[in-house]
Amino acid sequence: MLTEDIDAGGLERWLQREDGGVGAIVSFTGYVRGRGEGGDIQRLWLEHYPGMTERAIGAIVEEATRRWALRAVAVLHRVGELGPGARIVYVGVASAHRGDAFAACEFVMDYLKTRAPFWKKEFTGRGERWVEPRDSDEAALRRWGAPGGSGRPDAAEGSA
Amino acid sequence: MLTVRLFARLREDLGTGELSLGWSAPATVGDVIERLGAQGGEAWRRALAAENLVIAVNHSVSSREQVLADGDELAFFPPVTGG
Repeated sequence: MLTEDIDAGGLERWLQREDGGVGAIVSFTGYVRGRGEGGDIQRLWLEHYPGMTERAIGAIVEEATRRWALRAVAVLHRVGELGPGARIVYVGVASAHRGDAFAACEFVMDYLKTRAPFWKKEFTGRGERWVEPRDSDEAALRRWGAPGGSGRPDAAEGSA
Repeated sequence: MLTVRLFARLREDLGTGELSLGWSAPATVGDVIERLGAQGGEAWRRALAAENLVIAVNHSVSSREQVLADGDELAFFPPVTGG
């Protein structure tokens, strides 16, 4: 969890870190959109549950590492106030070949969006609103063979 | 003693992010929800009856049937929207 900007270049160097086994790095960076359902976004507030959020992300990374052959995984998420165009989240995955890295990166993002305790609030010229979860995010999760559910973080142990 | 934590819309609607409850065993999450509704009134009863309410005990997602122990941290929050 970060309150300053995410250094995507530095993270990619860390993922590669002179590991001769790394042949592929896939990363995802999520940004604050300038427009939301409630109009032009002036700022976004990101709330989280300290302790549980780290634990949920750790469990997601652990599950990804169990499913694919990964050399390194980095997950960073901003909290607090963010302006349009700011990076919200970075997921980077290093593996020997691209297939594992592509799949694991998408898996981690799909789980993070539906299982890690973060909440977004949008501030627009028309007021403020808590962002609603999207059905398509739960649908994305089901592709990975997860049980359907209601935005519930994983319960397994792990470290971020 | 139980610690009860609320997040996001729940925290705003109920006007508090954290409160302590005296411990009386045995208690399930459902018992605590009833107690909070009885002492907090209609707003609490409605918020904690929400179909999409997520319950966590000691940082793990849980259910109304979960039996609690003295010192547990219980959290209630709406579906998550990070990433």
